[in-house]
Amino acid sequence: MRMLQLAYANLKEHFLSTILSVMLLGIGVGMVSFIVTVSEQLNDRFNRDIRGIDMVVGAKGSPLQLILSAVYQIDNPTGNISLAEANKLKRHPLIKYSIPLSYGDSYKGFRIVGTDSLYLSHYKTTFADGEVWNRSMDVVLGSSVAEKLNLKLGAHFHGNHGFDDGGHAHEEAHYNVVGILEPTGTVADRLILTATESVWDIHNHSDEEHDHDHDHATCDHDHAEDAPSEITALLVKFKSPMGIMQVPRMVNEKTSMQAALPAIEINRLYSLMGVGFTTLQIIGMVIMCIAALSVFISLLNSLKERKYELALMRSLGASPFKLFGLIVQESLLLCLAGYALGIILGRVGIMLLSSFGEDQFQFSVSQSGIADVEIWLLPLTLCIGLIAALIPAIRAYKSDISSILRNE
Amino acid sequence: MAQSPVIPTEERAEESICHSNDRCLGFARHDGCSNRTLTNTNRLALQTDMLQTQTLTFSYPNGAPFVFPDLNVKPNEALLVLGNSGTGKTTLLHLLAGLMDPTGGTIELDGTALSTMKGSARDHFRGQHIGLVFQQSQFIRSISVLENLQLARLLAGLGKDDAFVESLLSELGISERKQAKPNELSIGERQRAAIARALVTKPKIVLADEPTSALDDENCEAVAALFERTVTGHGAALVIVTHDQRLKNRFQNSVSI
Repeated sequence: MRMLQLAYANLKEHFLSTILSVMLLGIGVGMVSFIVTVSEQLNDRFNRDIRGIDMVVGAKGSPLQLILSAVYQIDNPTGNISLAEANKLKRHPLIKYSIPLSYGDSYKGFRIVGTDSLYLSHYKTTFADGEVWNRSMDVVLGSSVAEKLNLKLGAHFHGNHGFDDGGHAHEEAHYNVVGILEPTGTVADRLILTATESVWDIHNHSDEEHDHDHDHATCDHDHAEDAPSEITALLVKFKSPMGIMQVPRMVNEKTSMQAALPAIEINRLYSLMGVGFTTLQIIGMVIMCIAALSVFISLLNSLKERKYELALMRSLGASPFKLFGLIVQESLLLCLAGYALGIILGRVGIMLLSSFGEDQFQFSVSQSGIADVEIWLLPLTLCIGLIAALIPAIRAYKSDISSILRNE
Repeated sequence: MAQSPVIPTEERAEESICHSNDRCLGFARHDGCSNRTLTNTNRLALQTDMLQTQTLTFSYPNGAPFVFPDLNVKPNEALLVLGNSGTGKTTLLHLLAGLMDPTGGTIELDGTALSTMKGSARDHFRGQHIGLVFQQSQFIRSISVLENLQLARLLAGLGKDDAFVESLLSELGISERKQAKPNELSIGERQRAAIARALVTKPKIVLADEPTSALDDENCEAVAALFERTVTGHGAALVIVTHDQRLKNRFQNSVSI
C-alpha cells in the first residue's frame, strides 16, 4: 500500500468527477496542441515554399490568388502572360534569375507544371531515380506524387485539362516519367514537373487538332516554334533589395502584367488566418482553465466528503505534510491523465486533418516524434494540477482533527 | 517517576508481548480470558504503568473546565472509563491520544510525556504507539480492509509485515473479508476490522471510544470479549471510554467521570 496507490484508489472512488476533470483537461490540452502544431506547420510550409522568391509576375487579378497559384499551387491561375513580355522583364538588370511557370493541367489531382530546370535547383531537389527532362513530354515526379500514384520510371499517363479529375483528357499525347525526386518538404513534392514546351505542345494539339479528332500522339520539337507564346507566371529572384523597390512598380505600371510580392501577400494571409488561430488558441486555454477549475472543485468536494478520512489518517500517524502530498498526488494524477488524453486527441485531430486536408487542399500535416508544444504543455498541465490542489491541500493540512473526529 | 527503573520495565514489557502473543494466538479462542487474568495478576505488582495521567484538566473556550481523575494503566491491563454524555469522555480520549493539548496536567505513555512532542513528531508517535478505535469505526472507503490495515502501518512509518496483518485478520475472524471495501462489511465485521487496525502497528496502548454503544447485548458482549482478549493479548494496555453500563460487569478496573 503506497500513497500513490491510495491517490489512485480515491480517484477511482469518485469516478464521475474524475472522468469529467480528465475529459475537460484532455479537450483543452488537445485543442491547444492541435492548433499550435497545425499553425506551426502551416507557417513552416508557407515559409519554405516562399523562400528565395522575391516577386511573382502573372496576369492581372488578385495578387493573393497569383501567389497562391504560382508559389503554392493551391489556387487557380489568374490567366496567362505573353512570353515576349516576360522575356523582356527577365533581362532587367536587377533580376538575378527568373523561373517561368506554365500550369493549368493535372493528372489525378496532381498539377502538371511546365517550367525549366531552374525550378528544380531553386527548391534544391535531388533525384531519387532518373534524371531531368530533356525532351518535351518527359516529366519528373515530386516524391508524394510518385508515392501516391505509384508511378515508376518509364510509366506513361495522360494529363487532364484543369485541376479536377473531371476535365477532359489530353488523350492525344502522353507523358513519360523520366525522373522521380527525393522528398523536399516543399511544394515540389506535390507537382509533376515538365518542360514548358510540353505544356505548349499539349495545348497546341488540343487547340488545333482536338476538334478534328486527329490522333497525333507524337510530339516533335518542331512544334515549339508554333507554340503559343504564353506562360502562366514568372517567379523572380532579385540581385539586391533594390529590386523590390523598383521592379514591381515598374511591372504594374508599365506592362499588362501584375507583380505580387509573396512576403506581403502571405503576411496578409496570416493576419486573416491568424485571427482564427488566436481565437481557437484562446478557446483551448479557456477550456484548460475550466478544467483546472473542475479539478479544483472536484478535489475540494471529495475533500469535504473525506474530511473524516483525512483526520483518520492523521490519527493513524500521517503528518499534515503527508496529507498535503496525497492531495497533490491525486491532482497530479488527474492532470497527467488529462494530458495523456489531450495528446492523443490532438494527434487524432491532426491525423484526421491530414487525411482530409491532403485531398482537399494538398496540405498534409505530419507528426513525427514529439512536438515542442506537447513538451511545454506537460509542465503547464502539471502546474494547473498543482495550483488546483493547493487550496484543498492547505485545508487538509490545517484541519483540526480532534473536532472532525468528534463531530462525525 | 524515576528514570532508572523505566528501562528494565520496558524490556519486561517487550518480553511479555511476545509471550502472550504466542499464547493468545494459540489459546485465545478457547480460554483467552482466564489466561489473561492469570498473567495479569502475576504481573500487576511488578510492572510500572503504561499510561499515567496526573491532574489532567481541559477547558474549552467559554466552557466549564473538565477535571479528570488520575489514570494508571499497566501493560495487558484494561481500564474502563465510564461517564454520561457531556462529561468529557471523548475529550479525555483525544487528550490521551495526543489529538488535543490539555490545559493542565501531564500524560505519560510508557515514560514519555506527550506534551514534549509537537506536530508531526506527535503524529508519528501516535501512529507507532497508540491504537485508536472510534465510535463509528471509520475507514478509508476507497480501499479494501486489508489495504486499510497496510495503510495504517505505512502511515505509522512501519515497514510491511503482511504475515502479521494476515494473522491479525484471521485472529479477528475477518480474513475471508479482507478484500472487501469497508462499507461492504456488517457493523460487527467493521468493528472487528477496527480492532485489527488498532493493533496492526503493535501499539503500547489501545484507546477505544464507545466501541459497543451501537451494538445489541449479544454483540456487545462479544466485542467486549474480543477487545479484552486481543488487545491485552498483544501486550497492549486498553482504555475504553463509554457510557455503556453493560460493560461495567466485564471489566474489573473502571473509573467514573
